[in-house]
Amino acid sequence: MTSTTFKRFLPLGIFIVLVGFLAIGLTLNPREVPSPLINKPVPQFKLTVLSAPEKTIAAQDMLGKVWLLNVWASWCAACRIEHPVLVELAKTNQVAIYGLNYKDKSPAALAWLANFGNPYVQSLVDADGLVGIDLGVYGVPETFVVDKQGMIRYKQIGPVTPEALRDTILPLVKKLSAS
Amino acid sequence: MKVLFIALGLSLGLMAQAKVAPNASADPALEARVMVIAEELRCLVCQNETIAASDADLAIDLKNQIRIKLTQGQSQKQILDFMVERYGDFVLYRPPFKPTTLLLWLGPFVLLGIAVLMLVLNVRRRRRGAQPPAMSDEDQAKARALLDTPTHN
Repeated sequence: MTSTTFKRFLPLGIFIVLVGFLAIGLTLNPREVPSPLINKPVPQFKLTVLSAPEKTIAAQDMLGKVWLLNVWASWCAACRIEHPVLVELAKTNQVAIYGLNYKDKSPAALAWLANFGNPYVQSLVDADGLVGIDLGVYGVPETFVVDKQGMIRYKQIGPVTPEALRDTILPLVKKLSAS
Repeated sequence: MKVLFIALGLSLGLMAQAKVAPNASADPALEARVMVIAEELRCLVCQNETIAASDADLAIDLKNQIRIKLTQGQSQKQILDFMVERYGDFVLYRPPFKPTTLLLWLGPFVLLGIAVLMLVLNVRRRRRGAQPPAMSDEDQAKARALLDTPTHN
């Protein structure tokens, strides 16, 4: 290639590289901020059980099993979309799903579960959202996969979709349960 | 009647205002410190705002956390670290300078450097090219003769 043809095509080359960067940028979701909590222990909590306010569950009670922690609220529109997926998952008994009822009113939350079905082993009441802050929750629904040692292994931001379950969450649960 | 409506309107306005900062403390010095730290933190719900500027639920909760931690005597650094541990570097409105953000910080200067380099090279080349071609002595004499010829008018 001579120097002049190189020069002639240089702007085109730069343009194509730029388009490449922009195209990659379009496929990224700016709302999905990687959580610094991955591979860190689940934050300490001791919370009231939604269906039995006299009982509490603490983080260490969960050691020894792989579980999902699903952050939800009756005021959350996207949770409505996600809910049938969780109800179906619960029927298959592949993994225990615990709910974190985030900044909600308990009567509204209980009515919501009565209406749409209850996929949760238990839902924990985080009325003031403090455990939510410890979990870095910023967009409900969010779902964490926690392993037997109580380490967070994955975080799904936004609704759990059937695809996310099939491709990411369930294979991870299987792997963690086997170890 | 009209007065009643105005009074009602005013009190509604007050209620709306009260909702914006529900837990604001009466101590203006403390509030000022809360806001200084809140200016450093990104509201993750409304990404291009600081939590100081945002009225999102989460932003209000985080401002409450800052307030509580300040009254407990924590430093600004401790509070910012608390937020980064939970929400990651992205929560800082001014990204930290570290290996993963090198390109972000230095990229513009690298681009500027490349642009200046190209400009300098270009200008130099043009200056060399723009020098008048050397005239032979013969041409010089001819030109001189033409220029010196008195015009007739």
